[in-house]
This record gives sequence, C-alpha cells and structure tokens, in this order.
Amino acid sequence: MGSQIENPKSEIENPMPGPVFDVREVTFSYNHVTALDHLSLTIPTGRRIALLGANGSGKSTLLRILDGLAFPEKGSITFCGEALTEERLRDSAFAYPFRRRVGLVFQNPDIQLFSPTVFDEVAFGPLQLQWSREKVRTAVDNMLEVMKIAHLKDRSPHHLSTGEKKRVTLASVLVLDPEVLLLDEPTASLDPKSASQMIDFLIGLHGGAKTVVTSTHDLDIVEDIADDCFVFQMGRVVATGTPAEILRQPSLLEQTNLVHAHRHIHAGGETHSHPHLHGHKH
Amino acid sequence: MNFFERTLAGFLDAVEHALDAEEVSQANGLLQRLDPRVKVVGILMLIIAAAMAHKFWVIGAVFVIALILAASSRVSPLLLGKRVWIPVLLFTGIIALPAPFVIPGQVIGRIPGLDWPLTAQGLASARYLVTRVETAATLSVLLILSTPWTHVLKALRVLRVPVVIVVILGMAYRYIFLLIDSARDMLESRRSRMVGEMTGSDSRRLAAASVGVLMSKTLQLSGDVYSAMLARGFRGEVYMLDDFQTTAVDWIMLFCFVAIAAAAFYYGR
Repeated sequence: MGSQIENPKSEIENPMPGPVFDVREVTFSYNHVTALDHLSLTIPTGRRIALLGANGSGKSTLLRILDGLAFPEKGSITFCGEALTEERLRDSAFAYPFRRRVGLVFQNPDIQLFSPTVFDEVAFGPLQLQWSREKVRTAVDNMLEVMKIAHLKDRSPHHLSTGEKKRVTLASVLVLDPEVLLLDEPTASLDPKSASQMIDFLIGLHGGAKTVVTSTHDLDIVEDIADDCFVFQMGRVVATGTPAEILRQPSLLEQTNLVHAHRHIHAGGETHSHPHLHGHKH
Repeated sequence: MNFFERTLAGFLDAVEHALDAEEVSQANGLLQRLDPRVKVVGILMLIIAAAMAHKFWVIGAVFVIALILAASSRVSPLLLGKRVWIPVLLFTGIIALPAPFVIPGQVIGRIPGLDWPLTAQGLASARYLVTRVETAATLSVLLILSTPWTHVLKALRVLRVPVVIVVILGMAYRYIFLLIDSARDMLESRRSRMVGEMTGSDSRRLAAASVGVLMSKTLQLSGDVYSAMLARGFRGEVYMLDDFQTTAVDWIMLFCFVAIAAAAFYYGR
C-alpha cells in the first residue's frame, strides 16, 4: 500500500473565509449543445447554496465542474484560490485532498452504488484515499450508524429502496467528512417520508459548518436547505438572492419554468389558472 | 413470446436464481459458516481431483462427499436436482451420446433396428464424462449457493486473481440487474403500445433496435459510474478490504478438503 493520506495537508489551504469556489465566465457544451454559457458565480465558505432551475438549465453540469469531473471549454474556476483544472487533478498532492474535501452526491443513486455491498460502497472512498484499514472500518461503521443504515451493511445495492439508496450514497460521501458537499436533486424520486428525512438530515448538516451546494427545482425545500439561491436558465444565472427574495418573484419563477400556471376548479364551479408552486402543501 | 422476450425472460430467470442463491447463503449450515477462502480453495481441489480421477468409484466417492456437504449446508436435493443434475445430465448427455457408438473397442451389443455397435470403452467414456461434470457442477453450485457472491469475489484474491478483475466482476454482477430492469421496462413500454402480433422480421428488427438502445444506455452508465468513482478518489488503482477471519473449524475443514483431495488423486490415478 502506498503512503497514507489520512489528514491531507496540501497546497489547498483556505485560511481566509473567502470563496470556496470562484467560477468565472465558464462555458461548457455537450455535442455542440450549450449547457453553461459564460457563467460566473461565487460559492462562499460555510454557506448553504441552492441552484434553482428547470431540467436542462445547467445545474448538474455546474456541479460536475465544481467536483472536477468536467472542465470548462472557456473561463476558469478556482477552489480555495487554487485553479481547478484537469492538469492540477492529475497531481496527487492536489487531487487526494480535493477529493477528501469536496463530495458530490449524484442524482441517480444507481450511478454511485457500484460496489457489491453497502459496506463496501461506503468504504470505497476512504480506501481510495488510502486510509488505514482500521480507520476505514471504524469510519464506515460510524457512518452507517449515523445514517441509520447499519442493518443494510451486507446487502447488495440492488435490493434497496430508492430512499435507502439515497442514504447510502450520502453516507458514501459523508464518510470522508468533506468540507464542501455538492448535492444533485437530493429529494428526486423520493416518497414524501424519505424526502422529509433527507431534508431533516440536510438541515442538520449545517451544524457542521459545511458548505452545501444543492441543485433542485423543488421550491418547497429551498427555504429549509439554503441561505442563498442562484436561479439558472439556459446555462446562465438570471437571478440571485435569499430564498425569501426569490420566492417572492412569481414572474421570475414562471419565466424560468420553476412554476406553471395551474388550472383548477373552485367550489363554485369557477375555473381559472394562475402561477402556482410545484409540489405545494395543501 | 418473441425472440427478444424469450431472451429477456431467460435473463430474469437467472436473476431469480441469483436471488435464491443469496437466500441459501444466509442459512446456518456447515459451508455457510466456513471462511470463503477455505471454501474456494477446498472445493476447487475436490473439483480438480474429480476431473483427474481415472477410477469411477473415486469420482462417485467425491460426489457422495458433495452430497454430504449439501445436506450439512441445508441445500435441498430438490434444488440441486432442478438446478444442476437434470440440466447437466441433458447437456452432457447430448455431448456424450455418440461416444458409445463412435469410440472403438469391445462390442457389447447393437442398437436394435439400426445395428450400431455399442462399445464398452465408449460407454465408459460417456459415463466418466457425465459423472465428472455432475460432480464438478454440484460442487461449484454448492460453493455459489453457500456463499454470498461478494464473498466469493473477495475469496478469489487468495487465488491471486488481480484486484482489478475482482472489482470488474463485482461491478458486472451489480449492473447486470440494473440493465435487465432497464431492458424489461423498455419491453413493457413497447408492449403497452402494441396491438396484435409482430412478424418475425419485425420482431428481429425490434430486438436489434432494443439491443442498440441498451448498448447506448450501458455506455452512458459506464461513463457516469467512472465519474462517480473519480469523485470519490479513484485514480486507476483499486483498493478493497479483505476482512475474513479464519477459525479453528476453518483449519479443520481445510485439512479435510486437502486430505480428501489427496486421497482422490492417489486412488484415482
């Protein structure tokens, strides 16, 4: 086994409470279809950020870029003041601490659950970062307890419900105790109870002073999980503000396809339509 | 049921078998309690001993030992019969069928009506083939039934199988279920929009198109999975935990396996 990198002290230090990520004029496209178009934004340390936008607005692409899985065609991105490039991530001295400090939870849990058992899945990250075997076992057992999935440790991921899969994916990232957590549609495909448990957990995360960036189009959860919002449309940020400020702008929400004019019938038989939040609580 | 549906039904059947196997592997039996490394090495030795034996009674003795292992591991003879003995008998029976007629030797009879000669050497060859394969298949299935697949994979590490191969096998097992589900969803969504029977050529065209779509999905999935691995620190080298513990029972059983295999080698020469 190579050298252990349990407490990575790298060149990536962030002594000042400056931005974790600074994205400048980033452009990215898939097969000539533009996903991000001269996008600029800053993710401050210790804040909870929501990326709001309809499907295809570029939120997931930005998360992949923030996690160093895709690289911009134009523009630049820094992580704690260090340029985040493909070349830098080839350098172990940068890559290992970066992977420890930044965790991404994918929208589709099946992508992230590639190991034969739940235990192996949660142990994958620590093992790749070459923690000692004993530390891996302890950390994985603790994380399984925290996420209340210890009873699933020997199960194969294909036997799990979607809610359980989501918890395992979160555990597999949180076991590394990342300082920055990137979440792609954390409540997508979850039943109401599982979604509520996930939101409770995300609210609890803030106690650890983590920087949490969540991509979502579920407006019901935004006020619970975010301090600040970026609203996306066609690969650009079209609005920023606190959740309360954003949710007070129905025309913005309608223009960015986050709400739609909902036709409904009143008791008197009158039928009409007006902008209406998705997933509303009655 | 058309070609594509039959193929998919076969895959789904295999999935159900895999799930059955995981249930049996949780039972409280002799093999289930053993360290998987001992099982893999021990059963592999018995299989090699049966394959190399030149005496019928030695192969029969190894087969009896396999039956004793099955009984002590709560693997029902009915399950073995359905899963191993009948399919193997049919498959190897077809292969062995010409042997009694084409292998030259002492003629012990003729087929009525056809007058084909039946030779003693040919019959012996057919018998050896069928019993060796039945014994080897029974032992292999016992290993698979009594051990979660994940433990089999990890145990392969003691046979010096490279870790990257073990990881690829593990991921293949993991994602085959996902892709079968995907194929079934595709099929059901198409069937829900169809009226009447398809012609043979249309059915083949549909199968080819579906395979293409599935291949495309597989490529997409493999790219995404690779990204998910990178995101958690994968840099080309895979590390895994081999966390088995060997007990006194494991050593005793390993000794038994070695002794039986050595005896089978010696007496089966």
